[in-house]
Amino acid sequence: MKIQVLGSGCPTCKKLFELTQQAVNELEIKTEVEYITDIQKIVEMGVMSSPVLAIDGKPIISGSLPDIAKIKEAIKQNIK
Amino acid sequence: MDIFYPFQFIANWIIFSVFNIERTSHLGTSLNFFVYDSLKILFLLLVINYFMAIIRYYLPVEKLRDFLASRKWYGLDYFLASVFGTITPFCSCSSIPLFIGFLEAGIPLGVTLSFLITSPLVNQVAVVLFAGLFGWKITILYVISAMLLGVFGGFILGKMKLEKHVADYVWNIKSQKIENKNVREPFKKLIKKFWLEGFDLTKKITPYVLIGIAVGALIHGFVPAGFFEEYITAENLFAVPIATIVAVPMYANAVGVIPIMQSLVEKGIPLGTALAFMMAVVGLSLPEALILKRVMKMKLLIYFFGVTTINIIIIGYLFNIIL
Repeated sequence: MKIQVLGSGCPTCKKLFELTQQAVNELEIKTEVEYITDIQKIVEMGVMSSPVLAIDGKPIISGSLPDIAKIKEAIKQNIK
Repeated sequence: MDIFYPFQFIANWIIFSVFNIERTSHLGTSLNFFVYDSLKILFLLLVINYFMAIIRYYLPVEKLRDFLASRKWYGLDYFLASVFGTITPFCSCSSIPLFIGFLEAGIPLGVTLSFLITSPLVNQVAVVLFAGLFGWKITILYVISAMLLGVFGGFILGKMKLEKHVADYVWNIKSQKIENKNVREPFKKLIKKFWLEGFDLTKKITPYVLIGIAVGALIHGFVPAGFFEEYITAENLFAVPIATIVAVPMYANAVGVIPIMQSLVEKGIPLGTALAFMMAVVGLSLPEALILKRVMKMKLLIYFFGVTTINIIIIGYLFNIIL
């Protein structure tokens, strides 16, 4: 599974990236969290708000900074 | 009776009875103002954020975009884009994906800019602060002028045929259609979800709101009435343009600026001048320019800022004349 955080480089985006890394560590999932600041990639996903948390190329959370519990839940729900 | 009377009652009780601070002292006035305004505004925020969570659930910005792109609107789209700008939450982190997403869907550049102008100026939090501090009449005037700013700004920029000044790569991006994730959630669960979302947002912005109100309260209590009248009057024709131009490079969130502005107006700064200042601070800024530079060539950026600045100045004058 592939976890990505996409953002335009704003503070909120960075925070989401850090939280997601923490969530992945705490869930003990063996995967790297990728941080993408290429706006083109965000738009290509069909999303118009940033930051975006995407799992396997699908946007799961966008446009807001959720707390870590929500991130964990989102990751758990989308684990295959 | 004022529906906010209970909050005034609590504020009076806490400051004058519990803490026993002199009612007429600077400190007493400031603290009382702070407690009353904080209670009132946090209450209003909680209510409106709940409703906004509902609207956002049913009308995400992607849906609004598809609606705008769905047919020819013959000019009505400038207005619609401005209306949508007022109901969508806006964070400058989103302005680029929004800009590209709109253009990519085939929405005209001018209409996209209408959205971009109105969106940071009006959001539910700004409206609540405005209504709580200035009353409904001025709030409605403000929302209407922000929308006019978006409509006319976008319309003028659209007529200028600036498409070739959008960064070239923007036109080549193709986005995949995301399938509508229509998972029907049970209504009961939704109600709770909306509440949590609204509460979360309120919690997140509370510190900024409180700081803004605190500064406003200090001005309210310590700056003598009419203090600014000597320097900035409505008759001084240069006041509006100067206030606007000084404010363009600066950035602050509407949430922090409004309470401070209200206190300044109370101490004698003309409303139009203060509004022009605020719109320029919130709507245009150097950080925003740097972000937009990634999708706009220099010429478009300059026109965008130029036209918006001129329109803000006009609105400032209008407010000073009307009120």
